[in-house]
Amino acid sequence: MADLILQRLTKHCGNIDPYDIDDYTAAGGFKALTKALLLMKPQEIIDETKASKLVGRGGAAFPTGAKMQMVHDAPNNIKYVICNADEGEPGTFKDRYLMESDPYQIVESIIIAGYAVKAQKAYIYIRGEYDKAIALIKNAIERTRETGYLGKNILRQRFNFDIEVRTGAGAYICGEEFALIESLEGKSGRPRYKPPYPPIAGLWDCPTLINNVETLANLPYIVLNGGKEFRSVGTDSSSGTKLICLSGNIINKGVFEVPFGITLRDIIYSIGQGIPNDKELKMIQIGGASGSCIPPSMLDIKLDLADMRQHDLSPGSGAIIAFDNTRCVIDIVKSLLRFFAHESCGKCTPCREGNPQLYNIINDFSNGTATVDNYKALDSLTQTMQQAALCGLGQASPMPVVSTLRYFKEEYDMHLSGNCPAGICSLDGGQAK
Amino acid sequence: MTMINLIIDGKSVTVPENTSILDAAKSINVDIPTLCYFPDQNIKGNCRVCIVEVKGSRTFSVACSTPVSEGMEIRTWSENIMNARRTIVQLMLANHDEDCNTCIKNGSCELQDLVQKLNIQQDNPFRKVLDTKKIDTSTPSLVRNANKCIKCGRCVDMCQETQQVGVLFDAYRGINSEIVAGMGKYLNDAGCILCGQCSTVCPVAAIYENDETERVWQAIFDPNKHVIVQAAPAIRVSIAEEFGMPAGTITIGQLAAALRRLGFDDIFDTNFAADLTIMEEGHELLERLQNGGTLPMITSCSPGWINFIEQYYPELLPHLSTCKSPQQMFGAIAKTYYAEKIGLEPGNIFVVSIMPCTAKKYESARPEMNSSSVRDVDVSLTTREFARMIRQAGINFASLPEESFDNPLGISTGAGAIFGATGGVMEAALRTVYEVVTGNTLQSLNFSEIRGLKGVKESSVNMNGDTLKVAAAHGIANAKKLLELIKDGAADYQFIEIMACPGGCIGGGGQPYRTTNQIRQQRIDAIYKVDESMPLRKSHENPAVQTLYKEFLEHPLSEKSHKLLHTEYKNRRY
Repeated sequence: MADLILQRLTKHCGNIDPYDIDDYTAAGGFKALTKALLLMKPQEIIDETKASKLVGRGGAAFPTGAKMQMVHDAPNNIKYVICNADEGEPGTFKDRYLMESDPYQIVESIIIAGYAVKAQKAYIYIRGEYDKAIALIKNAIERTRETGYLGKNILRQRFNFDIEVRTGAGAYICGEEFALIESLEGKSGRPRYKPPYPPIAGLWDCPTLINNVETLANLPYIVLNGGKEFRSVGTDSSSGTKLICLSGNIINKGVFEVPFGITLRDIIYSIGQGIPNDKELKMIQIGGASGSCIPPSMLDIKLDLADMRQHDLSPGSGAIIAFDNTRCVIDIVKSLLRFFAHESCGKCTPCREGNPQLYNIINDFSNGTATVDNYKALDSLTQTMQQAALCGLGQASPMPVVSTLRYFKEEYDMHLSGNCPAGICSLDGGQAK
Repeated sequence: MTMINLIIDGKSVTVPENTSILDAAKSINVDIPTLCYFPDQNIKGNCRVCIVEVKGSRTFSVACSTPVSEGMEIRTWSENIMNARRTIVQLMLANHDEDCNTCIKNGSCELQDLVQKLNIQQDNPFRKVLDTKKIDTSTPSLVRNANKCIKCGRCVDMCQETQQVGVLFDAYRGINSEIVAGMGKYLNDAGCILCGQCSTVCPVAAIYENDETERVWQAIFDPNKHVIVQAAPAIRVSIAEEFGMPAGTITIGQLAAALRRLGFDDIFDTNFAADLTIMEEGHELLERLQNGGTLPMITSCSPGWINFIEQYYPELLPHLSTCKSPQQMFGAIAKTYYAEKIGLEPGNIFVVSIMPCTAKKYESARPEMNSSSVRDVDVSLTTREFARMIRQAGINFASLPEESFDNPLGISTGAGAIFGATGGVMEAALRTVYEVVTGNTLQSLNFSEIRGLKGVKESSVNMNGDTLKVAAAHGIANAKKLLELIKDGAADYQFIEIMACPGGCIGGGGQPYRTTNQIRQQRIDAIYKVDESMPLRKSHENPAVQTLYKEFLEHPLSEKSHKLLHTEYKNRRY
């Protein structure tokens, strides 16, 4: 167990008063910022980040160093950093944990990122429901500014930088980078087409580094210890640690910092301590609401980008939801699709029209009106959405359908012949509402 | 210019950087189907119809929004693309009111075209999810049918970017997405100026002209009605497009012939009234210059523009010329001067106008537009409705002989014709004002610096040592620039022409669907050709106008003129 849980990003969590800047400083806080500003050139920070092989922790796993380099090199005087704290993925609550337990670390990380890409201003866009995180981050920014780590000529260097908190209003789509940027600009949160990508034309069309909270939180460690040391934990394809969020039918729920490379079995049975109430595990969903749903037979797969990619999986945001054998796969997929149909921004056809239709087709299975033609419709619709939707929402929302069709096809077939094995679906021909 | 080499469908292509995949494909005659894409507008990339495969990419790329890059390998056709395009269109259809047979856009619908082009014959695998909404018939000009809307965003782009009126916008999300007017209000309550530009770019029948052809047929078929028709300057260079002829084809003779075949009793010309407008407006300008009136004076012939200033800049209303538009001057003269001539009561005369414009419908219905004691213009049809009547009556437009307009209200000059293009009213006014003030003949009649599609144009003319500075703007976004200058006291002009629609009336909201800037330019070129072909090119030389003053009005700005040809405006601040 000891080597399954590490404390790199979470080392202060629970050990310091998240309001108190002195607590943070006494625990070694702002050392990385001081080192970065006084001893390192922006390019050196980027080089170390590249050497660390850190990739984005929001779900897309884009190499962070490469992204920083693009913003650094973009020929524009005005540049922005955005910390994406609009943590809306169902089953994901790791950024909240970081912000509530160690907000100064996030502030320090954002300043380091700003220095590295030569930005002047950062926004941290926090999910509107995160009252406590918003208050703590705002407090942390104030205290940090008073201390002189934010504002003009930070540490007497020719580096001016400030951070502003913005909050979302509850739309899941605003976690998508361009929808978030549109929202920041005061428009409704709808993604833009790509390219151009944010490092070239982001906030107000200026080069913008936009990263997830957890991604940025790795920067102080990289600055203090170097990219090589960062890789001392993890695997060849996936360096460092990952915060995972365990929820669902599992005994030990919560946020855990784990090294890349441990197996899903370790996560479910060692860290999560297994399934409560003497039930059996039926399915886990990895990466959030749009993640793959897989059976227990696949638990030897490692939390590792390369290993998971071989099985068409991705760690996504780090959410892992367990479902026991009293649950119905069709019912679970149906409720996920209701979520996506509700959260689609409505901009592009495949997502706007596709998600409600996906829901309709799955609903047919649950109310007993599905026919074999439904499989064909699911096939063409999921493929179209995955390949043609404008942003990640519409591209990923069919994943629960696609993966359950692959691993739980027999449950679909059983529903087709009028049998919900968990006894959850009404199968009443759509009579009951 | 950096050139990019790529491969499309196995063919090597070299195009300038920043070219879209769509345009690169076009350059080798590969037509990728599109729907939300519209020339001159911002790229939207939301319908996802123009998807293509780019080697190495997990997802499709969208041809309209993706720029080419070096070494790109693109396939524009594959089983995958076929299935996805079909699925996307089927998804749209499942949320679309499919009463195509009786739809106003039947035959000119881009969604219908797409279904045909993509050879979609299969039953739709998706359930109908249309949530039927009430049709907005709150204005006399436009009808909004949200049940047809496919959320392409062209109308929003037009209303917000080109026109900057900002009435239409995206609201709600997911399947509840809607394009709404105001905060979900009806158009008549949403600050809409009824320019109708949205209706020219809508690919389906989500917003379209209020079709009044039936009322016109009823009048024509009524033996007790004397039905007079007037055709606006811009119609003669656009109606041909409705019948498959290229943009910019001039069909003055066929236009008159078609109107006669439809059964109108008198075939008259709004160009006559345009000449009359110049007489009144030119003298109004001179009067303001001499007596310290409000300057700059701004033209008032564009009803979309009037709707705009009344709702958004009412504090500038004193700048507006009090002249009615040519349409309304015509109606007033037809039902008074001409009615007397033919011995009929105004109530027995029915005046129809053929206009490039949807706002004209609203203008003709304004309660104050009844100087003749009854409504001066009974129905104002758009170019598109006019074309519908021609088709309905079985008239083969292209093979019609060239005929003439009737006398006397069908006589006009080249100055009247150019009213149809941005800058034209100004040019026509300058031709007359110069000669009235100086008593000299103009050396050159062409004021080319105020012609064309540049947003704001300026010119000046020296008259007996005094310089008259003028400007012309078209499209509301450009008009706003001049209005802000006026508000700041920085508008160094005496006379300004403003047209609500981009390009002026030739680009009006009632013109054939899908007007692009290229088409606007072709119509503009045509209208100046009409001007040059006219024996008379100055309004004050129009013999019928001269006779009208002699026999009836006496002189410009006379008491009778004021009663019949001038109007007042209302502060309708939105």
